[in-house]
Amino acid sequence: MTAIVDIASWACLVCGGIFCVIGTLGLVRMPDFFTRMHAASVTDTLGAGLILAGLVMQAGFTLIAVKLLIIGLLILFTSPTATHALAKAAFVRGVKPVLAANRSESSNP
Amino acid sequence: MFTAAAAGLLVALVLALVRAFLGPTVFDRAQAANTIGTVAVLLLAVLGFLTGRPDFLDLAIVYGLLNVIGTIAVLKYFQYGDLGEPGDTEIGQGK
Amino acid sequence: MSYIISLTLTLFAFWLLLSGLFTPFLIGSGLCSALAAVFVARRMDVVDRESHPIHLGARVLAYWPWLFKEIVKSAWDVSRIIVNPRLPISPTLIRVKTTQKTAVGVVTYANSITLTPGTISVDVKQGEILVHALTCEGAAGLQSGEMDRRVTRFEGAD
Repeated sequence: MTAIVDIASWACLVCGGIFCVIGTLGLVRMPDFFTRMHAASVTDTLGAGLILAGLVMQAGFTLIAVKLLIIGLLILFTSPTATHALAKAAFVRGVKPVLAANRSESSNP
Repeated sequence: MFTAAAAGLLVALVLALVRAFLGPTVFDRAQAANTIGTVAVLLLAVLGFLTGRPDFLDLAIVYGLLNVIGTIAVLKYFQYGDLGEPGDTEIGQGK
Repeated sequence: MSYIISLTLTLFAFWLLLSGLFTPFLIGSGLCSALAAVFVARRMDVVDRESHPIHLGARVLAYWPWLFKEIVKSAWDVSRIIVNPRLPISPTLIRVKTTQKTAVGVVTYANSITLTPGTISVDVKQGEILVHALTCEGAAGLQSGEMDRRVTRFEGAD
């Protein structure tokens, strides 16, 4: 039983690390500001979630696990707020998103 | 195995730093700083387990709070030119 | 009044969680801190159903699992796009209509959109949200309106 939980938590930790790297890789690779934010939100959601899940499994039913869940909730509530604030600030200050389909007339408001 | 996760997080940190140096606009740099903050919170949590000292989790919680407040303060400054004049744009009250 | 009680209990539980020590002095000072924080919040007039939505309570349990499923699905899609050498993105800006009645509902919808990788709410106005999507498919999936319906149900009819 302990072995199964260990293996599951290791898998979560490693996958979480991989998704964090993928998210920041996208942060470097993407061509313009708004697409970079999509990449960063992979790190914020799936990377963070998997790593915290792995740590919770290692901690078991203790106060530490509750603290980890609090960190998870904190990230879950604050990351969209920060992302929206970034997007809105950039949009208001006139950073124009590069759109794929400028030909499809109505997509640019 | 915590070492693998910590190593992955360090690589992510380096990539985010690359974007912070390259970033053409200030918003790219703010985004990179926000991502670095998230990765730092995770790294603190993992380090707590790696060194067997779960006290690091309290630091992670505080760092997460400071991270979002810092990001929003910087953004407010660059959007409005100050840190909170009354009468900023409000969305509808939705009543 | 129920909001004040629940805020006090939440803050006190948070204190106990962070301290982890249960001596009478620390519990007493935790209670005093919670009461002081609630007093300040009350004077700031921020203790109401908008800042402390306990009435959503149980409906969270129905909405969050679905949201987590969506997050995992779209995060996987975005990851595949990032590691694809050709980087097959087609960024689009769309406006989606909101059918929520309260500010809490609209904020929940906008935050759910932002939390899902691949879509970001850029601007929130009365009755509509300006969304930047990484791919056309993501935009089309949002416009089908399933998330909108679920958030409206989550918000409830009170």
